[in-house]
Amino acid sequence: MIAALALILLFQLGGEATAQALALPLPGPVLGMIALVAGLALSPRLRATVTPVADGILAHLSLLFVPAGVGLVAQLDVIRSAGPALLLALVVSSLAAIAVGALTFTLVARLTGSAPE
Amino acid sequence: MTDAALIWSYLSRDPLVWLAATLAAYWIGDRLSLAVGRKPWANPVLIAVLLLAVLLVGTGTPYRAYFEGAQFVHFLLGPATVSLAVPLWRNAPLLKRAALPVLAALVAGSVTAIVVALAVAAAFGVDDVLLATVAAKSATAPVAIGVAEFTYASGKEAVIKCGGILKIEAGGTITPNAELVSDGSGKVVARGTTATTLYNVIGRALTDAADGELVMVRWGPYSTWGDNAS
Repeated sequence: MIAALALILLFQLGGEATAQALALPLPGPVLGMIALVAGLALSPRLRATVTPVADGILAHLSLLFVPAGVGLVAQLDVIRSAGPALLLALVVSSLAAIAVGALTFTLVARLTGSAPE
Repeated sequence: MTDAALIWSYLSRDPLVWLAATLAAYWIGDRLSLAVGRKPWANPVLIAVLLLAVLLVGTGTPYRAYFEGAQFVHFLLGPATVSLAVPLWRNAPLLKRAALPVLAALVAGSVTAIVVALAVAAAFGVDDVLLATVAAKSATAPVAIGVAEFTYASGKEAVIKCGGILKIEAGGTITPNAELVSDGSGKVVARGTTATTLYNVIGRALTDAADGELVMVRWGPYSTWGDNAS
């Protein structure tokens, strides 16, 4: 557990350092994640160590959004002025993205014949 | 006997109170969600946020004070993002088989989400700073918060959080629509992909395990608006 946590934090740290050093427009943890995918593919030992703890963290992922969500109370004036517009933008764009994503997927899958199952 | 107000004034400055409150609120939210059969509108995050918001406003606690305690939970978003490597790796065979459609769907879905969100928000006169946070909303939540924090390194983070949670709320309600997605053959990936395109986490909580396993983080479009914003 400690080893896995240390590894996850080290991957994050490596990602942060790389993002800073190269001034990449990507969050450090995303780079860490990409590196970890490569690591998992290469090393069965890394897989065995990290997987249970990573699954544990992800099992409670939505809890981690609560503090950010409560940030709403610090933005009551923004919500009052732009709340409905933001909500509408979110709902409409989400529906559009689902539809476009789904259509694109099925279309490309059909064209390339690469759909699974 | 010590005055309750005194105890409160002591405790309210302690990170313990708000850390405990955050977990307790989420626990309550989770139980309530379970009690109504995991209906999308009974989202544990939404319930927890509302409970805590009422508590903060009721006790006159500033968000900054709350965050002193809640930061320990918030911090885990980074390690959680790194951990997404595990489901991503696990689904690698599935992703490889459908690499082209998945990539195409992600690019098309992401661009659509960003463009439509910006267009709608701009049409309603939302200002520039807020618009940039709207753009970040189409990434998966921990990444979106990371991107937004990156883009607006300081000062604007509360605005970002606002965008983030609105996204989560909308996501909880909308994700079931991901079912309308596709025909038989491509269904698993298509559902997983679109649910994750938008809200992989809450989408995952809502859609059943088989679909939800697929986790995808889009990073292609980031550079575009990262550059614009800096």
